[in-house]
Amino acid sequence: MSNQIKIVIDGQEIITERGKTIVEVARENNIFIPTLCFFEGAEKKANCRICTIKINNRMMTSCTTPVVDGMEIENNTPELNDIRKSIIELLFVSGNHFCPACEKSGNCELQALAYRYQMMVPRFPYWFPKKQIDASNKKIIKEQNRCIACKRCIKTIFDEKGRRYFAFKNRGQKLEVVLDQVMGKTMSDEIAKKAMENCPVGSILYRETGFEVPIGERKYENEPIGSNLKG
Amino acid sequence: MSKKITIEPVTRVEGHGKVTIFMDDKNNVTQSRLHIVEFRGFERFVQGRPYWEAPVLVQRLCGICPVSHHLAAAKALDVIVGAGNGDGLTPVGEKMRRLMHYGQFFQSHVLHFFHLSSPDFLFGIDGDPLQRNIIGVAKANKDLAVQGVMMRKFGQEIIRLTAGKKIHGTGAIPGGINKNLTIAERDELLKGPDPLNADKMVEWSQAALEFFKNYHKANRPQVDGFAAFPSNHLSLVRKDGALDIYHGVLRAVDAEGNRILDDVDYHEYDKYIEEEVRTWSYMKFPYLKHLGKENGWYRVGPLARLNTCDFIPTPLAQKEFEEFKAYTNGKPNNMTLHYHWARLIEILHSAEVIRDLLNDPDLQSDDLVVKGKKQYEGVGVIEAPRGTLFHHYKIDENDLITMANLIVSTTHNNEPMNRAVNFTANEYMGGQQNITEPMMNAVEVAIRAYDPCLSCATHALGQMPLEMTLIGSDEQILDYKIKD
Repeated sequence: MSNQIKIVIDGQEIITERGKTIVEVARENNIFIPTLCFFEGAEKKANCRICTIKINNRMMTSCTTPVVDGMEIENNTPELNDIRKSIIELLFVSGNHFCPACEKSGNCELQALAYRYQMMVPRFPYWFPKKQIDASNKKIIKEQNRCIACKRCIKTIFDEKGRRYFAFKNRGQKLEVVLDQVMGKTMSDEIAKKAMENCPVGSILYRETGFEVPIGERKYENEPIGSNLKG
Repeated sequence: MSKKITIEPVTRVEGHGKVTIFMDDKNNVTQSRLHIVEFRGFERFVQGRPYWEAPVLVQRLCGICPVSHHLAAAKALDVIVGAGNGDGLTPVGEKMRRLMHYGQFFQSHVLHFFHLSSPDFLFGIDGDPLQRNIIGVAKANKDLAVQGVMMRKFGQEIIRLTAGKKIHGTGAIPGGINKNLTIAERDELLKGPDPLNADKMVEWSQAALEFFKNYHKANRPQVDGFAAFPSNHLSLVRKDGALDIYHGVLRAVDAEGNRILDDVDYHEYDKYIEEEVRTWSYMKFPYLKHLGKENGWYRVGPLARLNTCDFIPTPLAQKEFEEFKAYTNGKPNNMTLHYHWARLIEILHSAEVIRDLLNDPDLQSDDLVVKGKKQYEGVGVIEAPRGTLFHHYKIDENDLITMANLIVSTTHNNEPMNRAVNFTANEYMGGQQNITEPMMNAVEVAIRAYDPCLSCATHALGQMPLEMTLIGSDEQILDYKIKD
């Protein structure tokens, strides 16, 4: 059986290969599907649902759904974009995100997506949860007010033996991503900086370097998220 | 039958305020109070935040002079990151901050004079309120209005190029700055097409001073006598006594010019300054401890700065300073409306400093940040456009802020503004049964001279919303006027 298949995204025919996910195929073909919890090379869990697309009138997450021959995918539609916008709004209201004083502003994927989908006032009431800052580690600060529980730090930050630095703690509304206190003591500067970089929001902060990149030179200021892709 | 007049809201004073004026049964003013009824809370909610957020977070106190809060916080944090006590930055670090600060000073003072106060000078305190605003200025004196707009724009562009954006930038970071000034950016300010270049700003600053001096010459009794009263004056001065709005030592003089505080290291401000709380206002009343509450209050801002400094270190402003000092025979100037005169001299000084800084090649250096041994407490003081601004922070071993104390310029001027309101009330309302528009504007003019913070919100078209109620002791409303 040939490995080559044909799929359609928003009317565009694409020849690709079996075994890939929709989001991977979209990126290879310069089509924008928003992601937050998805991280290239890391395990895929569909935590955030922002990559939701529609196949046969059914909502699916494109980061976990493999392509199938003949698949017809709806992506850049008003309905889906509004769903994505509502997910962004939910993330904003369920944390305490104050962009003006956040050092990740301009480099933050959540903020960049909020701009892309033109979020103004969230349609949901703010929750204003009581969250703590864990500043006990000497390399990083874990700012729980801004964590969106995407698990990217859990999935991508390991020591040389493959042990994770971050983990989930508690369940339901009390769920938090926390830094392992023992592992944290061994964290190198390199790992700490990588953790901050991989975090899509301002929840992991490498200490004492905030605001060193001037306004105008931050990641999404000159190239808004997805602006190099179609859709 | 005693009466109480309430003016509410009086804005431009850290948000919302109101004035109450008490009158006896002969309609003589017995007491006046300027209440600040808005609670801000920045000192509390900055607690628990990482210290390096403070310069970006606390500047949100204000939309007019956020640079002052940004820099005062950054100066305090310089101490915390071991970058010296305010004078330990690299040359580009200090000079970029100075450029940012003088740019802000320039635009803030220009905004106040041209947009907010010039209508009073052009049309008079009792002028037609429909005309007494910036639109009226534009119709009556187009050149003056255009100059005001363009001068403010020039200052804002300086802030943009040093802090990243015109309002609430991020240029100053603990231990230095996050960018230098490129040659292209420098030339944009230094050699930009007329009128947006440094030379034209100096020229227009001189013209604005002449405008005020001519007005003063024609209206001497009013300008000199309106809400004039003796007071102490406090500001930073450079170690050698020069006017310096970025760094220096604390100096205060009394109404006669005697130094009542001199060469004081501002890191020890709390040894010298105490704040009194009064039940009827959220704004505290600072005073010099050794003189006590009754005699220790003081004025800050342009008038105070020119009363405390010995000279201005730029030639054109120094010449104007000498004329200013000669007017009071070298003694401190205690005339409230002379705040405007002092402010215009500072505009000229700022324009000269900006031009000098732009010609300094240090601004293109890459040595942006310096850090040393970590400290756990830092004080930063700066001269904001409206006066001396104190930021004081303590942090814990995890780099989180545990204490913040901010004494903002308008707070220092609390007692003087109350006295100015009292003067105006006596002068314009004493013995009156009805409240007239000129009476209300006189109260505005008295408060406006001090250019209290947050004026941006209500100065937009030259009027601030005022509600005045004349109430008899039996709670009966005798008169009511509203202006919005």
